[in-house]
Order: sequence, then structure tokens, then C-alpha cells
Amino acid sequence: MAPLWMYLAVAAALFSLGVFGVLARRNAVAILMSVELMLNAVNINLVAFWRYSETGTDLLLNGYAFTAFVLIVAAAEAAVGLAIIITVYRNRRSVIPEQAVALKG
Amino acid sequence: MELNAVTIGFVVFTIFTLGGGFGVVTTRNLFQGTIWLMLSLFGVAGYFVLLSAPFLAAVQVLVYIGAIAILITFAVMLTRSVTRIKARYVRLVPSFIGSLALFLVLLLGITIPIFGGQLPESAPEYVATTRELGAALVDENGYVVPFMLASVLLTAAMIGAIFIARDETT
Repeated sequence: MAPLWMYLAVAAALFSLGVFGVLARRNAVAILMSVELMLNAVNINLVAFWRYSETGTDLLLNGYAFTAFVLIVAAAEAAVGLAIIITVYRNRRSVIPEQAVALKG
Repeated sequence: MELNAVTIGFVVFTIFTLGGGFGVVTTRNLFQGTIWLMLSLFGVAGYFVLLSAPFLAAVQVLVYIGAIAILITFAVMLTRSVTRIKARYVRLVPSFIGSLALFLVLLLGITIPIFGGQLPESAPEYVATTRELGAALVDENGYVVPFMLASVLLTAAMIGAIFIARDETT
């Protein structure tokens, strides 16, 4: 099997790509896609640490179950986020977050 | 690291994951971006298989590629008329420098423990199965409370998404 640090390096690269997308992209849908990339990088890390942790005879499922819950929260986040984007688009004819300034003081 | 099926799989899934991620953040056409996103998510599902978590790989394919990517495709199509934005990026240079610095810091944090021998080289032989995960999810000493909360969260998110995206004029 590949050693643990290789998984961590791939996850770090994927997370950095996601951070770059969130910071730099103009389109809100692209930003949401970059957020999904970051969530997946975190999931790789969680599963990798779970797999390589020494459990002994004890059954340890924390990493496994936690990753499943991260998947659930990601699904909820995508649904609500896309609904917000569609509503903002309908009201302002724009998917650029800088132009959604209705709440700006 | 010897050349075997796991190594080849790791390399292939790395290309899928990082190539797809690169496509997501660089492509001009957002519809192609969703295809890149699917490729990247598929690579992550492959990692889950390599890390002996087949249940998560199946959920990854079903939920992410099957549902979330399709949802994003719908959002791209519904906001189609303005996706022809000329500029792809805002704050390109500071974002690039910031994310590159973050990557280098993370890489430093990963590589330093290698030389101290603090990172395990091989995984333990014994690994929990999907059956044990399923039993733990409904075990009162396990994860039954987060399991119920996740159900409530999904219901609330579904109702909230319908309520937010509802067209009030019709």
C-alpha cells in the first residue's frame, strides 16, 4: 500500500486547488464547485488517517463514520447553496457574488 | 514502493483527482467544469477503495457524482445567460500566491514527520467492514444520535432549499 504521506500530499494539493477556486473564481457556481473540492480533500484525509491508525484489537470506526457524516452535510450544503444562487440570479440577474450587495451596510 | 495494482491505481486516481480539480478551477465553460468535477470526485472514490472503505466509495459515486454534480449542472443551465462572463477570475494573483503558500505550508507539515518516523508506513491488517459500520450507526453506544441529527439536517435542508428557490410570483 502507498504510505500515508502520499494520501496527505494529494489531499493538500486538492485542498489548495479548492482554496484557489473559492478565492479567485467570479462565478458563484464555480465557487461552490471549489468548495466541494475542499470537502473531498478533507474526506481523503479523514479516511486515510482512519485507515492508518493503530486500532489494536479494539474496533474503531470514528473516522469512517465521521466521513459519512461529512458527506451528508456536503449534500445539504450543496442543495441550499444552489437554491440561494438560483434565487439571487432570479432577483438580480447575476451570479457574481460581488454584485449581491443588498445586505451591504 | 513496488509496482503493483495498488500503486498503478494510486497514480491513476491521483491524475483523475488533481487533473479534475485543476480543470474545475481553470475552465472557462462551467458546463465542462462540472464534467471535470465528476472526474475529480471519481478519483476520490477510487482513493476510498484503495483505503478499504468501499461503502464510502459507493456513497461518493451515488451522492456526489449522481446527485450533487447533476444539481450543479442544473444550476449552471438555469443561470446560463450570464455564464458568458468575460473575466474568469477576480484577485487572480493574490489568490494564487495565497493558495500556493497554503499548499507549501501543508506540504511542510506532511513531510517533516516523515523524517522523524512519526507517520506510519503501512496500514494495519485488520480493518472495519461495512457491516460493522452499519451496526455502529444504530448502536446506542455508537453513532445513533448523530445519525438521527443527520436525518433531521437532510430534511431541513430539503425543505429550506425548496422554500428558498420557490418562485413567489407564480
